[in-house]
Amino acid sequence: MNILIVDDFSTMRRIIKNLLRDLGFTNTEEADDGSTALPILQKGGIDFLITDWNMPKMTGIDLLKAVRADASLEGLPILMVTAEAKREQIVEAAQAGVNGYVVKPFTAAVLQEKIERIFERVEAG
Amino acid sequence: MSRLTDTNSYEGYIQELAHTTELLQEKIEQGKTNEISELIDSIKETRDRGLYLEVGKLTRALHDAISEFHIDAYLDDSDKKDMSTISDATDRLSYVMNLTDNAANRTMDMVEASLPIAQDIGHDTSKLKKDWQRLGKREISYEQFGELYKEMGTFLEANEARVENLQQNLTNILMAQDYQDLTGQVIKRVVTLVQDVEGSLVKLVKLAGNVEQVGGLEMEPEEHSSKPAQEEIGIFPTKNEEFVSGQDDVDDLLSSLGF
Repeated sequence: MNILIVDDFSTMRRIIKNLLRDLGFTNTEEADDGSTALPILQKGGIDFLITDWNMPKMTGIDLLKAVRADASLEGLPILMVTAEAKREQIVEAAQAGVNGYVVKPFTAAVLQEKIERIFERVEAG
Repeated sequence: MSRLTDTNSYEGYIQELAHTTELLQEKIEQGKTNEISELIDSIKETRDRGLYLEVGKLTRALHDAISEFHIDAYLDDSDKKDMSTISDATDRLSYVMNLTDNAANRTMDMVEASLPIAQDIGHDTSKLKKDWQRLGKREISYEQFGELYKEMGTFLEANEARVENLQQNLTNILMAQDYQDLTGQVIKRVVTLVQDVEGSLVKLVKLAGNVEQVGGLEMEPEEHSSKPAQEEIGIFPTKNEEFVSGQDDVDDLLSSLGF
């Protein structure tokens, strides 16, 4: 299981990476915004995407839309972990096809729960 | 003075000045002393009027600069009017201070809670190691061996709980670092605000320059560099309906959308 973590703050990437490791996911890659994440995703081999929303150059929502528009990536599970807490943003992300949405600040338990739920759904097909 | 009432612009002021000066020259040539004196008064009045005009502009620009920095989210419309972005920035920085303070304390709490656990593990290990070495050298009796076996069992059991505790504390320390992300975003926005304020101040300084030079001169073109309202991030505790108040709210919203 290869997970790509996209956040412009390296501390947040580190936190998520550590939490994932505790959950048993040791294969992670990192990108600092959508524009650097997309080539990594298009290269293939990423099974799960965790992305922030508010990033320079290419935001998380644009990344989400770009991924869903790409035939080879449209089924990729995506979890948004973001400080964006506007209702309309959450609705926008849902409509764009996000699989889960976690608002910062978050707890390890919440992240775990959302990831597990996404996997359950993906496995259920 | 009456001629000026309908010329409320910088151009009007310049025209008026030119006109009066022309007249003055005429009267000097004609030697009409009384009228010369009247015209000089009129020029002075015109100049004062121009000065008021520029001071007025400066005041308006200052007002605009202040009102330009109104915040646009998580406040009711009624609150907006009374709150400049400067006080917003102050709030944001206080928020940063609180977050860093909390993070530092949370981290230190966890470290303080973890150190005694590590010390206990170290202490128990040293004690058992001695007995263990004696066992290796067959220096203990059967009864002592029974005792050591019991102690080892207790140690292992205690360690299981201790390690779990330490892991929990380390995770909490890790999570406490999320302040860097949150405060970083707030600081970035305050930096943008400071840059905007700086831009406005430069504009004001230019206008103030006009006031000084009144009587002559080139007028600075009016610029309105008001930037689009900053997109707000919802990381402030808020009761605004526009924002969710936490993860439970997000989950409710998503489940209402069929998630």
